[in-house]
Amino acid sequence: MSEGPIDLLVFNELQEATGSDFIVELVATFLAEAPEILAELKNAAVNAEQDQYRRAAHSIKSNANVFGAHELAELGRKMELSGLGPDQEATAKELALLDAAYERAATGLSDLLND
Amino acid sequence: MIEKLARLLIVDDTKVNRLLLTRNVELLGYHASIAENGRIAMDMLNEEVFDLLLLDIEMPEMDGFEVLEAIKLIPALRDLPVIVTSSVEGIDNIVRCIELGADDYLPKPVNQVLLKARLSSSLEKKRLRDEQKMLLRRFATSEVVQDLQESGFALGGRRVHASVLFCDIRGFTPLSESQPPEETIELLNDYYSLMFEAIECHGGIVTMMIGDGLMVLFGAPQPLEDHAGCAVAAARDMLRLMAKFNVDRVTIEKPEINIGIGIATGEVIAGYAGTQDRATYTCIGDKVNLAARLEAHTKIANCSILIDNATREALVDLNNLEAIGQVPLKGISEPVAVFSIQ
Repeated sequence: MSEGPIDLLVFNELQEATGSDFIVELVATFLAEAPEILAELKNAAVNAEQDQYRRAAHSIKSNANVFGAHELAELGRKMELSGLGPDQEATAKELALLDAAYERAATGLSDLLND
Repeated sequence: MIEKLARLLIVDDTKVNRLLLTRNVELLGYHASIAENGRIAMDMLNEEVFDLLLLDIEMPEMDGFEVLEAIKLIPALRDLPVIVTSSVEGIDNIVRCIELGADDYLPKPVNQVLLKARLSSSLEKKRLRDEQKMLLRRFATSEVVQDLQESGFALGGRRVHASVLFCDIRGFTPLSESQPPEETIELLNDYYSLMFEAIECHGGIVTMMIGDGLMVLFGAPQPLEDHAGCAVAAARDMLRLMAKFNVDRVTIEKPEINIGIGIATGEVIAGYAGTQDRATYTCIGDKVNLAARLEAHTKIANCSILIDNATREALVDLNNLEAIGQVPLKGISEPVAVFSIQ
């Protein structure tokens, strides 16, 4: 069930609890807001702003958990806990992984709504 | 009983969470308002009345911990139930929320069943607390309620500088004997409503009601700037309201009701007297006796308001003030300088 980027158990439960029209709106909100948060995260990394970095990683985790996007949530959680490290290369790698996970989650969500 | 729709304030910095939480609480039949960080939430809390706060922790500008701390400092918000909804890492942070006064912590994403149970329990507790407060207000003034909430209940007094006012209805006993008891109670209720309006409007608290007699304190338990001025202003309003009341009485062919008022100012001992189980907020001291004697003397001097010298000295407005002279009063060793207010 949870092999794709989105955990269907979580997603279906959310859809059932809040309604299918509402989930379309919620996904659209996520797809509009998440790129902004990812941009904040990158911005914080460039400017070495620790608090902003942690908060943005936390927001990604929190929003990803809403939809059962476990991979994205776990990456966000790791970044929130570790904070911004001194190794810029490692940070860049983490950010790239997060971007890719977001793309997969976004595609997964769009596919689910189009089914 | 028609329950009013509970008003919740949702504070969260991400749109997805705000939207989802709003949907969740609206599905449960509550009304939701939203704030995107702690600062905005505090502004809204200071302007509007909410029944419950759903609070996120990680937020820019002012985070959830800071909101919890700020709420504790505002008496009007101290009883507001707060449920923290967050996905903060570490049990320490959750403990900190509870220690700062949060009623509960719900991890995100919020489980709808848990949310429903938590909201209805917190709102029910708040409803009971509000009801108790209302009940307390019926028997004590809001100042005493505030004092009890801030300092807790303890028998004992403290010295305060205050003004004491006594008031009663002239010839009340023969009047009450000449009419049915129902009519007397109705008259008393009308009289009390008018007197309380004048008293509360000027910051006084009624510490005693015996028959038609009232004892009122200005300057305790909450300090009052110009308590003497407030007491005199209240006395003047009391007379004004009674004059209006008498216009109505005359039209229904009932006798006019006249009142006498005595005011004294100085140090009194104010506090809770009684037993641990049953107590009242009251004050004692020679100024209390003096105010009562002045009120009694209004009959003899044929005046409506009599005040002592300390009250007169504290007044800014000395219009319509007349010196009666040194008057010997029962129970007071030396004659007292008495002034009448027209």
